[in-house]
Amino acid sequence: MNQISATGPSKPFDEMQDAAGVRPAYRGVAAWIEAHGLAALAAKRQEAEALFRRVGITFAVYGEGGDPERLIPFDVIPRILARSEWDRLARGLTQRVKALNAFIGDVYAKQEIVRAGRVPAALLADNEAFCAPMQGFTPPAGVFTHISGIDLVRTGPDDFWVLEDNCRTPSGVSYMLENREAMLRLFPGLCSDHRLAPVGHYPEELLETLKEAAPPNCKGVPCVAILTPGHFNSAYYEHCFLADEMGVEVVEGADLFVEDDVVYMRTTSGPKRVDVLYRRVDDDYLDPRVFKPESMLGVPGIFAAYRAGNVTLANAPGAGIADDKAIYPFVPEMIRFYLGEEPLLQNVPTYLCEREQDRAYVLENIGQLVVKLARGSGGYGMLVGPHSTRAQQEEFAARIRARPHDYIAQPTLALSTVPTLAEGGIAGRHVDLRPYVLMGKEVRIVPGGLTRVALREGSLVVNSSQGGGTKDTWVVDDGPAPMMQSQAQG
Amino acid sequence: MLSRTADSLFWMGRYTERAGNIARGMQVALRMAGLAGSLGGAHDEWRNLLVSAGAEHGFRAAGRTVTPDAVVGWLALDAENPSSIANCIEAARRNGRAVRTALTVDMWEALNDTWREMRARAASATDQDVLPGFLDWVRARTLLFNGAAADTMLRNEGWLFVHLGVMLERADNTARLLDAKHPALSGPGSEGAVAYAEWQALLRSVSALRSFQWLYHQRLDPKLVVELLLFRPELPRSLVACHARVLHALEGVAEATGGRRGDPQRIAAEIHDRLTKGRVEDVMARGVHDWLTAQIDRNIELGNAIQALYLNG
Repeated sequence: MNQISATGPSKPFDEMQDAAGVRPAYRGVAAWIEAHGLAALAAKRQEAEALFRRVGITFAVYGEGGDPERLIPFDVIPRILARSEWDRLARGLTQRVKALNAFIGDVYAKQEIVRAGRVPAALLADNEAFCAPMQGFTPPAGVFTHISGIDLVRTGPDDFWVLEDNCRTPSGVSYMLENREAMLRLFPGLCSDHRLAPVGHYPEELLETLKEAAPPNCKGVPCVAILTPGHFNSAYYEHCFLADEMGVEVVEGADLFVEDDVVYMRTTSGPKRVDVLYRRVDDDYLDPRVFKPESMLGVPGIFAAYRAGNVTLANAPGAGIADDKAIYPFVPEMIRFYLGEEPLLQNVPTYLCEREQDRAYVLENIGQLVVKLARGSGGYGMLVGPHSTRAQQEEFAARIRARPHDYIAQPTLALSTVPTLAEGGIAGRHVDLRPYVLMGKEVRIVPGGLTRVALREGSLVVNSSQGGGTKDTWVVDDGPAPMMQSQAQG
Repeated sequence: MLSRTADSLFWMGRYTERAGNIARGMQVALRMAGLAGSLGGAHDEWRNLLVSAGAEHGFRAAGRTVTPDAVVGWLALDAENPSSIANCIEAARRNGRAVRTALTVDMWEALNDTWREMRARAASATDQDVLPGFLDWVRARTLLFNGAAADTMLRNEGWLFVHLGVMLERADNTARLLDAKHPALSGPGSEGAVAYAEWQALLRSVSALRSFQWLYHQRLDPKLVVELLLFRPELPRSLVACHARVLHALEGVAEATGGRRGDPQRIAAEIHDRLTKGRVEDVMARGVHDWLTAQIDRNIELGNAIQALYLNG
C-alpha cells in the first residue's frame, strides 16, 4: 500500500517523456512526430481508418461490411516497451501463469494449498467459478489454462502491476495482430528503423500450443477446431480470423456430435474426428448434460469425451477459479507455494469487503478507492472513487453493506499515460497492457500484447465498451539499431 | 467442408435464384393480365402462378382470396410466405452471413446491398406503377449475385455447393413456369392470339424469346416452346442444361469429398438421362402438366438426397 501511495503523484507517469526528456525507447517516434508534425499524424489516422473500414484489413471480411460500429478506435501513436522492460515482464508472466495453472490443478485435486492454510477453504467451496465435475481430472500435459490474458498497468519506470488475470476465454488478440498489420502499412520506414519484435507468428504459436495439448487417445496429427457460440457473439470475427490464420475449422455446437465418447464434426465428407477444441463458449454452455441443461450452444456428451481422454478442451472447464477477483489477492501466495519463488510481478493491494477489517477501511476511504464487483467484467458495476460524486459513493457504500462479498476495492492507481492523438492535438491518455500467454509443453509469449487506451481525458477505464481504443504495442531493442554492414574499403 | 457451411452456401444459391424466378413469373402474369380475353376466369393468370410456385396452399391457409393485389402482395412481400421475394432475399443473406468467410467480398456486397435496398423498397414495391421496375430490379440483383459468384469465387467445394443450389433451383423454376402455362400449351386453349401471347410471355420470362428465333427460325409453336425449355442444351435455363450442370457439380462434390457419392449422383444421372433422351412428342402425348408434375417431384427427391448425404452431416 505504501508503495502505491508513494507512486501515486498527481501527475501520472508519461511513458514517452520524463523529467530528463524523451525516454530512449520513444526517441524514434518522437523524432518522427517532430519532423512530420501533427497534420501528418492526423493524415495517418485517416489512412488507418480507411484501412480498417474500407480495405478492412481483414476484419471487414468477418463483419457486416462497412459497419463502423464494429470498429474499436485505433490510435496511430504506438506504445513502446524497451526489450529489457519486456524481458522482465515476460519472466514474471511466465511465472504467474505457471502458478495459476498449478493452482487450478490443485483445486480440482487434493487442494494442498488449502490444507496448508494459504488459501481459505470457503473461497473455493462457495465460489461460482468452482467446477465440481472437474474434480479428480487432470487434462493432457496437466495444462488447464492454455491461453491466458494477464492485464497489466504501469505507474512508474519500474512499476508494473497485475490488475487481473483472465484464464477463461480472453479475447482481443486479433486486434494485436491487426494493429501491427496497420502500422507496418502506415509507417513502413519507422517500423523497420525500430527492429520491432514481430507478433505475426501468434497464430502459429497458438496452433502449436493446441497441438501439444492433444489428448492421449489422439493418433497422428491432431485435428484442431475453434468452437464459437456463433455469429451473434461479439467476438465472432476473432474466432473466424484465428481459425483462418491457423487453417482450422470454426465450428458451432450443432456442427459437432459425440458417439462412444468421441467428438466428430459433421462434414460433407462424413463425420471427422476432432481432437482439440479451442472453445470460445463459456463453461456453462459447453455440455447440456453436465452444465446448463437448456444450452443450445454446446455439445451433449462432450464433457464425458473430455474426461475419457478423447478430446481436449482449451481452456479447461473450471479454469475460471484462478481468475476470480476474490482469488486474485492470493496469487502471490500461489507463486511462493507452488514454485517456491518470490513473485516477479506485483499484485495491486486488494480489500475483500467480506472481511470486516477490509470493509471498514473501504467504507472509510471510498473516495480514494476503486470499488469493483468481485465477479464483474467489462468495466460495469465499478466506482472510481476520485472521479465519483458524493451520491455515487453513498450508493456504493450501501451496496457494499448489503452484499459485502460481492465487492472488492483497490487503491486508485495513477495509471501511466502514452501520447495519443486526441481532439485538438497530442495528449497523454491512460493505458493498460494485455499480453497473451500460451501454455503447452512450454510457455510461449509473443512480445507485447494488446495495449488498450482510455480515449476520454482523465478516464481510467480502457474497456472498449466504455470508450476505450487500442494502440500497437512495440517491443524494441534498447539503444539504436546497429549500422548496416558495408564492404570494407581497401 | 463443414456440412453447415455447405448447407448455407447451397441455400444461399437457391434463395437468390428463387427471388429472381418469382420475379420472372410475376412479370409474365402481369403482362398477361393486361390482355383481354385470357383463358378461363379473369384471375386464372394469378391462380396458375400461385399453383406453379407451389404457393397456393399457404396462400389459402393464410385466409387470402385470389385477386391480383392479394397474389402480388403474397408473392412479393408477404412475411407469411416463406418464398416471397422479400423472404428469399432475407434467407439468402442470412445464409450468406452465417458463412461470411466462405464468400468473396463481391458476393457479400451483392447480397448485403440487395437486402438493404429491399428494406428501403418494401413500402412501395407493389404499387401499380412501381411493380414492373421492382421486378426488373430483383432480376438484375440475382444476375449480379450469380455473376459475382461465377467471376470471383475460388473453384473449390464451396463454389460447387453454391452452383448446385442455383442450378437445381433454376431447373425447378423453369419447370414450374412452364407448368403454369400448360393450358396454353396443350389441349383446347392452345390456339389463337391469346395463346400466342402466352407463349411469348413465357419465353420472355426465361429470356428466351430471341433464342427461340435463333434456334427455330419460325413462328412460335407450343410443341417447339416445350422442346426448347425442356430439351435444348443450348438454352441455359432449359431443364436439360440445368441438370447437366447439376450432375457435373455433383461429380465434383463426390471428388472433393473423397469419393463420397450415392443417391444424389444416381438420381441426378437418371434425371439427366431422361432429359437427354426425352422426345417432345412423348411429352405432348402424355400431357405437359402430367409430365412436368413427375419432373418436379424428381427434383424434390434430388434435393432431399443432397440434403441427406452432404448437408445434414
